[in-house]
Amino acid sequence: MSHSSPDILMDAARRDLDAVIKRDKPLTPKERLAIPCQEMPAQDPAVRRGNMQEVALGYSPEQARLESMRCLQCKNAPCVAGCPVGIDIPGFLKAAAEGDFQSAIEVIKRNSLLPAVCGRVCPQEVQCQEHCTVGKALKDVNRAVSIGRVERFVADLERERGAAQAPVIHPETGKKVAVIGSGPASITVAADVRREGHKVVIFEAFHKPGGVMVYGIPEFRLPKRIVQEEIDALTAMGVELHTNFVVGRTRRLKDLMEKDGFDAVFIGTGAGLPKFMGIEGENLVGVFSANEYLTRSNLMRAYDAARADTPIYRSRKVAVLGGGNVAMDAARTAVRLGAAEVYLVYRRTEVEMPARVEEIAHAKEEGVIFHYLENARRICGDDQGCVTSLECVRYELGEPDASGRRRPVEIKGSEFMMEVDTVIVAIGNDSNPLIPRTTDGLKITKWGNIIVDETGKTSLDRVFAGGDIVLGAATVILAMGEGRRAAASINAKLRE
Amino acid sequence: MNKVLAREQLSADVVMMRVEAPLIARERRPGQFIILQLNNEFGERIPLTIADADPVEGSITLIFQTVGLTTHKLADKRVGEFIESVLGPLGQPTHIEKFGTVVCVGGGIGVAPLHPIAKGMKEAGNKLIVIMGARTKELLVLEDQMRNLADELIICTDDGSVGRKCLVTEPLKEVCGRRPKPDLAVAIGPPIMMKFCAEATRPFAVPTVVSLNTIMIDGTGMCGGCRVTVGGHTKFVCVDGPEFDGHQVDFDNMMKRLRAYKPHEDKAHHQCHLESEIELKEKKQL
Repeated sequence: MSHSSPDILMDAARRDLDAVIKRDKPLTPKERLAIPCQEMPAQDPAVRRGNMQEVALGYSPEQARLESMRCLQCKNAPCVAGCPVGIDIPGFLKAAAEGDFQSAIEVIKRNSLLPAVCGRVCPQEVQCQEHCTVGKALKDVNRAVSIGRVERFVADLERERGAAQAPVIHPETGKKVAVIGSGPASITVAADVRREGHKVVIFEAFHKPGGVMVYGIPEFRLPKRIVQEEIDALTAMGVELHTNFVVGRTRRLKDLMEKDGFDAVFIGTGAGLPKFMGIEGENLVGVFSANEYLTRSNLMRAYDAARADTPIYRSRKVAVLGGGNVAMDAARTAVRLGAAEVYLVYRRTEVEMPARVEEIAHAKEEGVIFHYLENARRICGDDQGCVTSLECVRYELGEPDASGRRRPVEIKGSEFMMEVDTVIVAIGNDSNPLIPRTTDGLKITKWGNIIVDETGKTSLDRVFAGGDIVLGAATVILAMGEGRRAAASINAKLRE
Repeated sequence: MNKVLAREQLSADVVMMRVEAPLIARERRPGQFIILQLNNEFGERIPLTIADADPVEGSITLIFQTVGLTTHKLADKRVGEFIESVLGPLGQPTHIEKFGTVVCVGGGIGVAPLHPIAKGMKEAGNKLIVIMGARTKELLVLEDQMRNLADELIICTDDGSVGRKCLVTEPLKEVCGRRPKPDLAVAIGPPIMMKFCAEATRPFAVPTVVSLNTIMIDGTGMCGGCRVTVGGHTKFVCVDGPEFDGHQVDFDNMMKRLRAYKPHEDKAHHQCHLESEIELKEKKQL
């Protein structure tokens, strides 16, 4: 993917839209398929390497309409089946195609609470867009209708206009629900439960709410102000927010229910326990979990060295281990913090990479150097205990494994050294053990995930859970879907 | 927001502060710590041990040494001013039971977190021997409190200005050599002291608990910045600790990790001193 200037993209869209509007007959499916895919305007890679501002700039109104016109309005709407929260996608695209952006956002909001966030960070290419008929007809999933980009456009437009309607809150019920954590699952539960008239208190361990959306996902992918506005909307609804409150330590879960009078609890604490490789040298100075590296930069704002008290390691050559979105975030952050070379070491090939296509493309444009079919074997250091190099070994792809991805097989004797001063481990997260450890009777899997039934209920009465603490590290939209389900169960339980 | 209720300068660079934190005061147990942040926008998060707590007043007591940027700024807080964020109590509480004879070793500021543990051990019916060490007399903290608690108190200073002129490891070895030997040692202080305390007790096979204070951000297991090698395995100080078997801790690795941001901190610290000097000069001119 090569970078085109936003002006060129917007001019082309204006011309194309004019041509379509001049017609007096409705577009045929063939004509819809012929409308060019609207590329997302983005900051120039050479410029954005040096700043933390958002990379994707968002569609122009003309682009949003044209992209929406590419939708064939399939009767069976395969895209909707691919959406974890079942948004009426053809419905909102139809409104957007007509330029009725307000109706479009209203359609989305019937199902989704965080469209500005999901429009930015949802992996649409493996959800709604994977099933899109347009993508199938054009034999390329990347040429499917860019549902997420239109979603983002209509959400941003509504927010910028200040047109968002405060939701109707039912009369107070006198019931009280504790929501633990303030990430996407918790935000969803808080809103849905509060709407029913229940009192809702969110407990967040950090000093700022938003969970992974503020500590993990960088500003250049999801601006903090967007998350803050979602939180502001919650507090405007009357949701109470307690930061610096870690349930399990500041107060045990059972005390919240037995002593503090909460009628139900939702646990949405996320996948907060970084995995390490278990290789030699992993505790050397200069080895970080992606969580630590990103939290320093994002939440603690260490990138703003002139103002922030929190330091971040100043690196020259960085190796990021992993191939997911978090690995891309870490690598792209390292670029922005001034590293001369950033390598991404992944043991399979680009095809198997779990990261979004767009993130991989952005990382490449920004100069991240991809090393496929390689894996870290050992981290070496100097006498001060600082990282000096990474020993890697080469792999080849063997037979497909249970996940359907071809299994990487080590090539014997292929070890080689990579000179680096920093290693960032981004191979995923396990579930945070704090609440299970301090809550008797709460059942978890052997990986530490809380076990819930189909209603989101845990092994404890009136205790529900959702998001990454249940799923393992997943996505914002899946967390939101889980939150929706748990909130419905909580509301049903409180009606009894 | 947590209000500073009392502040006392214990020595040139050691400050005792009582801070309003009713929820933490209610839940905290000996051995636990907090994470504090002076400014939610740009402040850093630092772990500090809890020296004492008063659940009735709703306050916790912190005793800290001004070693870096944040502790310097914290020391400048006056009574009635606020600390923006205090999170806790964090970490696993000390395992307290009747072991028999317990020797508690505190070095410098490490005596502060040691005090509630010593108190707990005494209340659990243990015979309590306390060894306290400091560079010099002025740096000795909580001496009276420890004297009231201990069945036997041994004080040592590097310069001999009070008590014996030696390191804490010397009396620790003597105590371990007694018959019967102590059933447990608890050592809290600078990493190098804890390392040598563990080496001192090792030949006597006296189980030795140390309390580690590493670099942390969240304090809830999320970042892994605090990880240490214990018995060849990686452990997180914030959720698995802060107390570990001193005979199993890789102190050399831990000390190197503590210096990860040394160049940055030195610069910030220097800047901080420059700024307070300028402020002082300006105040004088006024």
